[in-house]
Amino acid sequence: MLVTFIQRAVVQGIPLLLGSTGEIITEKSGNLNLGIPGIMYVGGISGVIGAFLYEQSLASPAAINPFLAVFIPLFCSILGSLLMGLIYAVLTVTLRANQNVTGLALTTFGVGFGNFFGGSLIKLAKSDMPSISLTATSNCFRQTLPFANDLGWFGKIFFSYSFLVYAAIIIALLASYVLNRTRIGLHLRAVGENPATADAAGINVSLYKYAATCVGSVVAGLGGLYYVMDYASGVWSNNGFGDRGWLAIALVIFAVWRPNVSILGSILFGGLFIVHNYIPNLSVSMQEIFKMLPYVVTIIVLVVISMRESRENQPPAHLGVSYFREER
Amino acid sequence: MEAHTAAAIELKHIVKTFGSVVANQDICLTVNRGEILSILGENGSGKTTLMNIISGIYFPDAGQIFINGEEAVIRSPKDAFDYKIGMIHQHFKLVDVFSAAENIVLGFPEKDGFNIKRSAQRIKDISEQYGFDLDPMKKIYDMSVSEKQMVEIIKVLYRGADILILDEPTAVLTPQETQNLFAILRRMRDTGKAIVIITHKLHEVLSLSDRVSVLRKGEYIGTVQTAETSEAELTEMMVGKKISLNIDRSEPENPQDRLVVEHLNCVDRSGVKILNDVSFTARSGEILGIAGIAGSGQRELLESIAGLQSLQNGEILYHNPKTGAVENLRDKTPLQIRELGVRLSFVPEDRLGMGLVGNMDIVDNMMLRSYRSGKSAMLDRKAPRNLAERIIDQLDVVTPNANTPVRRLSGGNVQKVLVGREIASAPTVLMAAYPVRGLDINSSYLIYNLLNQQKEKGVAVVFVGEDLDVLLELCDRIMVISSGKITGVVDGRSATKEQVGLLMTKTEEGDSNA
Repeated sequence: MLVTFIQRAVVQGIPLLLGSTGEIITEKSGNLNLGIPGIMYVGGISGVIGAFLYEQSLASPAAINPFLAVFIPLFCSILGSLLMGLIYAVLTVTLRANQNVTGLALTTFGVGFGNFFGGSLIKLAKSDMPSISLTATSNCFRQTLPFANDLGWFGKIFFSYSFLVYAAIIIALLASYVLNRTRIGLHLRAVGENPATADAAGINVSLYKYAATCVGSVVAGLGGLYYVMDYASGVWSNNGFGDRGWLAIALVIFAVWRPNVSILGSILFGGLFIVHNYIPNLSVSMQEIFKMLPYVVTIIVLVVISMRESRENQPPAHLGVSYFREER
Repeated sequence: MEAHTAAAIELKHIVKTFGSVVANQDICLTVNRGEILSILGENGSGKTTLMNIISGIYFPDAGQIFINGEEAVIRSPKDAFDYKIGMIHQHFKLVDVFSAAENIVLGFPEKDGFNIKRSAQRIKDISEQYGFDLDPMKKIYDMSVSEKQMVEIIKVLYRGADILILDEPTAVLTPQETQNLFAILRRMRDTGKAIVIITHKLHEVLSLSDRVSVLRKGEYIGTVQTAETSEAELTEMMVGKKISLNIDRSEPENPQDRLVVEHLNCVDRSGVKILNDVSFTARSGEILGIAGIAGSGQRELLESIAGLQSLQNGEILYHNPKTGAVENLRDKTPLQIRELGVRLSFVPEDRLGMGLVGNMDIVDNMMLRSYRSGKSAMLDRKAPRNLAERIIDQLDVVTPNANTPVRRLSGGNVQKVLVGREIASAPTVLMAAYPVRGLDINSSYLIYNLLNQQKEKGVAVVFVGEDLDVLLELCDRIMVISSGKITGVVDGRSATKEQVGLLMTKTEEGDSNA
C-alpha cells in the first residue's frame, strides 16, 4: 500500500511541480504571476480542444496516430498558455498594470475560458455525462516504460510513469541549472532582485521579464495538460482541476524559489493532498481537515523562513513591482 | 592641438541646461593621464552633472568632448565604456543577494563564456595589483560600505576602464577606509590611469589630488596645482564673493531660550554616526540658520526634534512659553510634540514634502492636521476648506481650485501649501528645511517674509538652507554642521561667506589621523 501511496503522490504532485516551476521562473524576473491557476486551466482546455478536434477527424479511435495524438494537444496547450503569459507580460511590463490585479483577473478569465469551451465541447460531443472523454488520446499520453512491471516495487516507484512526469522533473532540474549556473540565469535573477542595477549593467529588463513570464506560463500550462490527459485519464469536466493552481503557488514558497527543491516538495504536497484516502475510517469532515495540510505546511514554511532571515531564502527583492526606468 | 595629445579627456565649452536652470555653463576642463584631478564645488555647482555628461548619462546641449585627442560623442553609458570611462556613483548599483564576482560580471559578456570561478580569479588578480582586500565570493549583504565601493571600483576596472570618475567616494567612508581608498587611487594613478574625484572636502583635495578644478553655480572658475594652493584660496574660489539679496531682517525682540538641544547622538541602520554630540539652543523671536553640505545630518537633526528619529542619547529640552515649564521632548510621541507647537515643514529632494499626500487635494491635506479636532463622528470639512482658501489667497498659490490634487501643483506652490499649513497652526517652534528649494525669486521672497513674520511673532524659527547668501541675510545666527558635528555658530550679521564655507568643509583634526 505504501508503494501505491508514493506512486499516487508523485502523480498528484506533477501538475503542482510544473505549475510551481513555471511560477518560479516567472517570479525570478520579478513578476508575481497570480494568473498561474488560470494559465494551467487554459493549458489543459487548449490541449483538450486540440485532442477533441483530432479525435473527431478520425474514422475510428483505433486509427489514431500516437505521434499526432501527443503532438497536437501539446502544441495547442503550449500555444494557449503562451498567449496567457503574453497577456500578463504586456499588461504588467509594457503597460505597468498592477501585478496582483492582473494575475487575479487572468485566473478568473482562464477558468471562465476553460469552462466555456469545456461546456461547448460537452454539447458538441452530445455526451450524457457533464464531461468529455478522450480515452484514445489519453492512452497515447499514458504510455509507460515497458519494463516497469518487471522490477517490482522499485519499478513501480521509479519507472511506472508517463513521459510528462519525467519531462516535468527534467524541466525543474534544467530550470535550477539555468538559474544558478548560467549567465542568462544570473541576468534573470538580477532583473528580479534589482531591475535598476540590471538596467544600468546593460541588461534588457523588459525582454527578460517577457521571456521569463512566457516560458514560465508554458511550463505551468503543461501542468494543466498533464492533469487532463494523464491524471484524469483524458476526462475533462468543468472545474475538475480544483485548486491545484493555488497549491502550485504555495509550493513556490515552500520550495523557497528553487525548482530542484520543488521536485521533492511537489511529491510531499501530492502526498498530503491524498493522504486522507489512505487513513481508514475518516469522517467526511476529517477528510476536509486533512485536505488543508498542504496549506498549513506552506504557512509554517513562510513563518520559518521569515524567522530565519536568511537572505538567500527570501523572495526576489523586486517581486510584484513594475520597473519604470525614469522612476529611479 | 599637439600640445594636448597627452590629455585623457578634454572638455571644451560644455553647456547643459535643465529647463530654465543652467547646470553647466561653458565649461572647459582637461584631465591628464597619470594624475588625480579633484573637482571641487558646493551643492548645485554642477559637478555631478558634468561627470554625468562624461559618463553618458546626460548629453550636453553644446560643446565638445575630446578623448585621447579625438572628438568623442558619448550618448549612453555603453559609449562611455567603449571609451574606457568608468564612473563610480555615490549610490551603489549592486544586487544584494549576489556575490561580489556575480555583481562584477553582471551584464558584461566575456568572450570565453560564463564561469564564475575563472571570473573570481581575475578579480583576485586585479585586487592584488591595486591592493584591494576583497573576497570575490562574499555576498554584498555581508559587506561594509567600503567593501561595496571596492566592488564598484573593481567592476569598472574589470571592464578595462582607464579613466575613472568617482562621485564623492568618501562621503560614506570612515577615515581609515578613506586612507585605504586614497592609497588605492594613488596606485592606479601611478599605473597611468586618469582619475577624477568629485568632492567638497578640502583636506582630501589637498592630500590626494595633483590638480584642482573649481566649479561654482555651474560655471568653471579655474584650475590650480594642488601644491601651489591653500585651503583659503580654494574656499574663496568655491563660495565666491558675497551677493546682496536685500532680505529684510529685523532685530530679534526679547529672545528667550525655547529649545535647548544637548549632546544629541544618532546612528543610521548600518551603524554610521549621523549626529555626533550635537548641542545648540534655538531662541524665540530669532531665526537660527543651519548651514552644511547636503546630507551632513540636517534631516536627522530636525527629525529628532520632531520625534521621528530614534536617538542614541541626548536631551531635547523645550521651554513651554505658556506654562514656563521645561519639558523633555525625548519622552514624547510625535503627536504630543506637535501639540506643544513644535512644527516641522520638511521639503526633501523629491519635492512633495513629508506631510503632504500628492494624490489628495489641498483641503484634504489641510485635514491631515485637523482631523482629530471636533467631537462629531463626522469630519469637519468646513474649517480646513476655509484654511485652504485662505492659504491659496494669501500666498498666491497658483491652482485651479482648492480641490486640485497637490501633486498637480508646481514645486513652488506645493511648498507654499506645506509652509502655509504649518504656519497656520500658530507654532512656537517652526522648522523649515530647504523651503525655497526649486522656487523662483518671488516665491522665495514670499517664504522669507513668512519666516520673518513668524520670527516677529516670537516663534523660534529653524531654517535649514543651501544658499549661503540667503543664510547670511536671513538668519540671526548660523549654525554650521559638518558630518553630523557642529563645527561652529556664527552671527548672521557679521559672518563672512568664507568663514561659513570653511566651517562647512571642516573635519576634526583627530578624525583624519585616526
